[in-house]
Amino acid sequence: MVAYIPFFQHDMEVYKQLVRYVIKKILFMLLSLFVLASATFFLMKAIPGNPFQSEKNIPPAIQQMLMERYGFDQPLWKQYITYIGNLLQFDLGTSMKQQYVTVESVIKNGFAYSMQLGVLAILVSIVVGVLLGLVAALNHRKFLDGFTIFIAVLGVSIPNFVVASALQYIFGVQLRWFNVTGLYGPLDYVLPVIALSFLPTAFIARLTRSSMLEVLSADYIKTARSKGLSGRVILVKHALRNAILPVVTYVGPMTANIITGSVIVEQIFGIGGLGKDFVSSITNRDYTLIMGLTLFYAVILMIARLITDVAYGFVDPRIKLTGGKGGS
Amino acid sequence: MSDQTLKKQDFAKLDRTEQPKELVVRESISAWKDAWLRLKENKLAMISLYVLIVIALFAIFAQFMTPYDYKTNDLSSTNLPPGPDHWFGTDALGRDMFERTWMGAGISLQVGLYAALVDLVLGVIIGGIMGYYGGKVDEILNRFCEIMYSIPSMLVVILLIVVLEPSMFTIVLALSITGWINMAWIVRGQVMQLKNQEYVLAARTIGASTSRIMFKHLIPNALGPIIVTITMTVPSAIFAEAFLSFLGLGVQSPAASLGTLINDALKAMTVYPWRMLFPAILISLTMLCFNIFGDGLRDALDPKMKK
Repeated sequence: MVAYIPFFQHDMEVYKQLVRYVIKKILFMLLSLFVLASATFFLMKAIPGNPFQSEKNIPPAIQQMLMERYGFDQPLWKQYITYIGNLLQFDLGTSMKQQYVTVESVIKNGFAYSMQLGVLAILVSIVVGVLLGLVAALNHRKFLDGFTIFIAVLGVSIPNFVVASALQYIFGVQLRWFNVTGLYGPLDYVLPVIALSFLPTAFIARLTRSSMLEVLSADYIKTARSKGLSGRVILVKHALRNAILPVVTYVGPMTANIITGSVIVEQIFGIGGLGKDFVSSITNRDYTLIMGLTLFYAVILMIARLITDVAYGFVDPRIKLTGGKGGS
Repeated sequence: MSDQTLKKQDFAKLDRTEQPKELVVRESISAWKDAWLRLKENKLAMISLYVLIVIALFAIFAQFMTPYDYKTNDLSSTNLPPGPDHWFGTDALGRDMFERTWMGAGISLQVGLYAALVDLVLGVIIGGIMGYYGGKVDEILNRFCEIMYSIPSMLVVILLIVVLEPSMFTIVLALSITGWINMAWIVRGQVMQLKNQEYVLAARTIGASTSRIMFKHLIPNALGPIIVTITMTVPSAIFAEAFLSFLGLGVQSPAASLGTLINDALKAMTVYPWRMLFPAILISLTMLCFNIFGDGLRDALDPKMKK
């Protein structure tokens, strides 16, 4: 067995490395955010015509006033500086299509719903995914294993708008077990959360299964078994704890999946969350709202990725040095 | 051995018939043939391949199978259920859903394949340069890739399509802007590993040019992971396109991809559910087959990568 090095011995070194790593990642994140913010700005400016042209027959004087109000009459570099300056003060601007509605208020109103759905979906995916993966690994090459793999491949392959609309049609329209749209009671969460968690569940099940199979044949499991520990203790304390580590690496992609998923699911189930706002901002070509929501999503995704990176950097050396947490 | 001196009979010619030559029992198998044999063993992967071929054939030839086409409106027969006349029914404008579904499958496949192709070209060139030259060049390009990669790709794609009007060309373009990075990193890793091998040194010693070493020695040996990555790119591009369609940023009417068809059908799903059925099944089936085939291909090409 690999020698057990107490955590505190290399604690300081790991800690220092970790801090350096996190600082580097955060700086990198800010840089990418800046690139994205600038890119959004110039992309939106590159659109031919001005955003008020589509409105019906606005007199030139009013158009002029609108242009002034949104600062579009200024030279480009001045607009850019104002934009970046506002961003630094967390001011994302005002909607171009809805009067007096700031991007901030849109986020405040919509984010609560999206957040609830997202967190629930993440919890469901982790619990169900890990359980499925566990069952599959314990029944390796038997029916349940094949069944889980099948479900996992299906989950990765069926687009979530198909899942969401199928669920809505079968359980909402035909069987009438659930409301078709809206988010009024706890039952209304069931279908959207299932639709949202379908893909991540499948992915986590696959991850858990393969890493569980790897862990189960590791030496320290044999040691634990030869010490006469009960099967359940080995499974939970030794195997599962190590097997779910790779799931940590999936936090970033999972957040991305849940966000794209929420855009679809909220639209289909008529939930007034951020995803729905995002879709309508695109269909309305409400440029400030598109820019603001894009940046907001980007920040969330980057934070999720940061968590993944840090967790991975934290988890990795421990695996290498001690050969598993439950090893002694 | 030093006490032995070589005598003349040591150089006598051996009688070749005396010793049997090394016996070749089986014919020699190249790595590609080996992979193909392994792939053929994998029944699911082969079935997926056949299904994909059938889907592609239908996408090409469906237009000759019915008297209808994908864009002619027929307001006297709107929203028909599937029947002997219109095999998959008709949509809200009376267009034949059989034609539209297969046309959509064709467009979705094309988007996936073109996106994979652009990723391949860009990824191999840039990844090859990064891996082969290393040093400063690699560092700068790698930094650039990291920044590009850290920007959520779906958001970039959405922004680009909002600005450029949606069409198949712009969708592929937008998907490729961030899509090539993954491929570049894979090629880079492979090239870095391979470039220090003896056969590359040997090639360089006899004066082979850089491009020859690149395309004759390095890339062919990195082909396994490259092919697997392509196979996995296609379904994700198909999904990305469908997602864009869902936002109203997909291929524009009268042309349609599977994503646009599903999005159109969604609006009337409670009344005409069958309009949803066939595109939804087809897109799921296509992605399923690509995923299974990609898995099988990975197992066949690189047994070490097997999960």
